[in-house]
Amino acid sequence: MNSLMDPVLALHPWLARLLTGMAMTLQLTATAVLIAAALALPLAILRARGTPWLQTPLRLYVSFFRGTPLLVQLFLVYYGSGQFRPELQQLGLWWFFRDPFYCAVTAFTLNSVAYQMEILRGGLLAVSRGEVEAGLAFGMNRRLLYRRIILPNAYRIAWPALGNEIILLLKASAIASVVTLLDLMGQTRRLFASSFDISVYLWAAVAYLLITYTFITLWRRMEHRLSRHRQRS
Amino acid sequence: MELLSYLSWGPHGWGDELVRGLGVTLSLALTTLPLGLLLGLLIALASVSGRPVLQRLAQLYTATLRGIPELLTLFVVYNGAAMLLNQLARHVNPDAGFVELSPFVAGVVALGLVFSAFAAEVLRGAWLALDKGQREAARALGFTPWLGFWLVEFPPLLRLALPGLGNLWLNLLKDTALVSVIALNDLMRMASVAVGVTKQPFLFYLAVSLLYWLLCVLSEAAIGRLEQHLSRGLRRPAL
Repeated sequence: MNSLMDPVLALHPWLARLLTGMAMTLQLTATAVLIAAALALPLAILRARGTPWLQTPLRLYVSFFRGTPLLVQLFLVYYGSGQFRPELQQLGLWWFFRDPFYCAVTAFTLNSVAYQMEILRGGLLAVSRGEVEAGLAFGMNRRLLYRRIILPNAYRIAWPALGNEIILLLKASAIASVVTLLDLMGQTRRLFASSFDISVYLWAAVAYLLITYTFITLWRRMEHRLSRHRQRS
Repeated sequence: MELLSYLSWGPHGWGDELVRGLGVTLSLALTTLPLGLLLGLLIALASVSGRPVLQRLAQLYTATLRGIPELLTLFVVYNGAAMLLNQLARHVNPDAGFVELSPFVAGVVALGLVFSAFAAEVLRGAWLALDKGQREAARALGFTPWLGFWLVEFPPLLRLALPGLGNLWLNLLKDTALVSVIALNDLMRMASVAVGVTKQPFLFYLAVSLLYWLLCVLSEAAIGRLEQHLSRGLRRPAL
């Protein structure tokens, strides 16, 4: 029962479960981050240069999703949708809200959109005025200006903060285990419940740290590439 | 209107239960804050101490606690500490019954550990941003190191660290919801209990989210005030 003395041996029967959990955690986080990234860019542009009439709802959205616990947001989507079950069934959407994976992805996406929108807005506003004017002087139209000058610069500036947000979401995704999803945390809780062996938590911590550090390394490398024009020999 | 009666005060509504939960949430956050800050300050001092061993330990501490989910930390503390306590209890008295750590204490310890790791990084950053000239001036005027720290370095340190610490406070406030998972009767769990009885999940989780939102908005306003107060007498560069 107590393999505290021998945590390495104890890992063996758990390895398969923990790896499945890791895959689920990665899938959950990656799906939410990618959908949120696609939504956050147009919204950030609106937030940065839209009319006040458009900006106010966006500001409220950001404030709400950053000012409430992700757990509450998840429960609002997963359990809250149950209150509208007949309506959702009529619309043919019930299969979506019945599934904890889709609900977790929805909640995490809504949350991440808020954070990514704020980060990208900061990046957009920090693009150097001179470079944009240079682009205009070359006769670039809006599309080209965004593609060649504004977006590459904004993403380069926002890159480290975006990386932080992704790591935060990765860690926060552990709460998906509360709505019965078997992500890394979910598998860990299950293994603990059947073995009462505390070292399973240790291995879960190692697994999370492994994911985080791999991600940080990759992200730094991409940041390096994004700013390669600024390197001095 | 019928829906609102669920949120009313008294034996039929859940308003009083929710407010009691809000009280637990607030006292959890307010108990954790000073402990986390103090521990964070100690870790930050270790990481700027210039002693390699202390620095390494502080680095390991912050990197680990910042890299694993808060929920995992909470479970490690809740289950792990309970196990330790039981082993100790059995050591002292073999017939001792099962000892359980209260969810509140487990919450304070776990959230305090997480808070201290992040706070240590914020304080370290602020420390590095301090004007070295002021420290030297204090030394030159014959201040002892402690008096110099307290009177000369601490006030600007607080001013530089406040935006980061303010964010950590908001995170702490939101993270308290996690403790509902180990059955602390906080705001979040009270909502779940109410949902179990009334079958109105959307209503209650929405109400609770609005309460958390209110707490965060009020905190932000207070932090803004505090920031202004701490920056009085500071001359900002003309932009």
